[in-house]
Amino acid sequence: MVMISGASSPLYTKRRRRNVITMGLSFAATAFGLSWLVLILGVLLWEGFSGLSLAVFTEMTPPPGAAGGLLNPIIGSLVMTAIAVAIGTPLGMLAGTYMAEYGRYDKLSTVVRFINDILLSAPSIVVGLFIYEIMVARMGHFSGWAGAVSLAVIVVPVVVRTTEDMLILVPDTLREAAASIGLPRALMITKVAYRAARAGMITGVLLAIARISGETAPLLFTALNNQFWSTDMNAPVASLPVVIFQFALSPYKDWQKLAWTGALIITLAVLALSIIARILAAQRKSS
Amino acid sequence: MVDVALQGRTISVAEQVDRAKVLQRLRLGDAGFRHLTRAAAVTVLIILGGIIFSLVYGSLPALRTFGVGFLFEESWNPVTEKFGAIAPIYGTVVTSIIAMLIAVPVGLFIALFLTELCPMWLRRPIGIAIELLAGIPSIIYGIWGLFVFAPFLQQYVQPFLITVFGHVPVLSTLFEGPPYGIGILTAGLILAIMVLPFITSISRDVFEAVPPVLKEAAYGLGSTTWEVARYVVLPYARVGVIGGVMLGLGRALGETMAVTFVIGNAQRISGSILAPGTTIASTIANEFTEAVGDLYTSSLIALGLILFVITFIVLAFARLMLMRLNARVGV
Repeated sequence: MVMISGASSPLYTKRRRRNVITMGLSFAATAFGLSWLVLILGVLLWEGFSGLSLAVFTEMTPPPGAAGGLLNPIIGSLVMTAIAVAIGTPLGMLAGTYMAEYGRYDKLSTVVRFINDILLSAPSIVVGLFIYEIMVARMGHFSGWAGAVSLAVIVVPVVVRTTEDMLILVPDTLREAAASIGLPRALMITKVAYRAARAGMITGVLLAIARISGETAPLLFTALNNQFWSTDMNAPVASLPVVIFQFALSPYKDWQKLAWTGALIITLAVLALSIIARILAAQRKSS
Repeated sequence: MVDVALQGRTISVAEQVDRAKVLQRLRLGDAGFRHLTRAAAVTVLIILGGIIFSLVYGSLPALRTFGVGFLFEESWNPVTEKFGAIAPIYGTVVTSIIAMLIAVPVGLFIALFLTELCPMWLRRPIGIAIELLAGIPSIIYGIWGLFVFAPFLQQYVQPFLITVFGHVPVLSTLFEGPPYGIGILTAGLILAIMVLPFITSISRDVFEAVPPVLKEAAYGLGSTTWEVARYVVLPYARVGVIGGVMLGLGRALGETMAVTFVIGNAQRISGSILAPGTTIASTIANEFTEAVGDLYTSSLIALGLILFVITFIVLAFARLMLMRLNARVGV
């Protein structure tokens, strides 16, 4: 009887109405969030694909009004990304190794973990200022090296974080088994722990590459830009994001078109990297 | 077994016979590796120290010339070499507030949808889609904001806001002036889309960590889904949600490229959020390579220092919150 009278009471209707409204809101919020992804990717595909041609990958950036491609910024981005990963990955992996294997609970690890998490989300433009001060201002000129090092500074925290997380997931029984057959600790880490955590650590590197391939802010005043073909890392080097920035803000239609095409190339590369990383991570979980 | 471990390395037969020698070598290698990893961990601290030191060192000329007044001075004039940080600070704070006002409720509602309402098979795809939004580089948001979003706001949304709020006291100043398309509001909206995935994914994770027993007990008492979310899930997950929100705020404050495209880059403070403005990060991005003279460059680096200090405090607070959460879950 209580139930029936309760069901028709004003309080009950009010609670039910409120529930329907808020649940409707949460449904709407999800649709709202997803619609941005669709809108952004849709426009990007629409604008970018129409400009995609072989010339984009084989020709240099053009002066306004002429035809051209994005070859020099694509190569510049690839080279700087490769150097940044070559510098940042070993450093990040070793630091992550210390925090997970040697000093998991010591003071140094706690502090490094805290600082690393902050560096992970610190504004990347500040990294650009830092490298400008220690490299560009000292050497007296902008250079591809400075650009690569500033990207490396962004790679390090990502790799530190994933390496540590993945090594912590390695079961201690594996370590004990290795120790029990007399393996020194360094060999236990490199031959056993690294192997067990390999998929996760590769995921971390892929995520780091995805992160820096779209980074623009730290390159603006380290690598600067270069209109021409240049393999000299001591000189300014063009990169895809900086060229997009410059071309998109220009008043020339064909430059803007190239900017959209470049944006499509970067986004496809980044999304492909993060999907591969996800698949690797999923394999680790299921195995 | 030591010999097995060393297979593949080049050691002479004489050495292999001399076990003591091999063991000694292993011990050295072990210590060496330990010190190597330790040095790498310390390098992370050195990077942070280097950032702080170089920013302080680079901004010394500006700080010496302008003193504390740098923080409160509005003019930004390269010709007369008078620089002040209040306009970019204002723009940074206001765009971030707009972003958080939108992203926090929307993010929490999405997290609620993903943990309470969504059918199981849809949870992963939607979660991944929201996270892909976080993976899109900021320059893409910028170019999209400039060519698609800003013209849309200029044509449809902003004229509507002006006519609706044009005669309401207080609010009319907020929405004053012509619809430029680009400006503080546009930058804030783009930032909202960018930080949404961060807030959503952390909120979802902490919502999921709420013990099912608590929720079941509340449902058993006859609570509606909303009441469970509001009075059980949210209070339990509060610390984590605050951590996630602060993390998103840290991102919004320091975001450079997307904002630079759409904010209009005007060094002034305007009461209207439709007007062009500037942020710390976009000022640096726009003017640094063109800055002539030590004082100009130094003032820009000083702006960078202010930005770093603000984001450092916000992010440190976020991490402390999330660490507290982990400590509690650990117990």
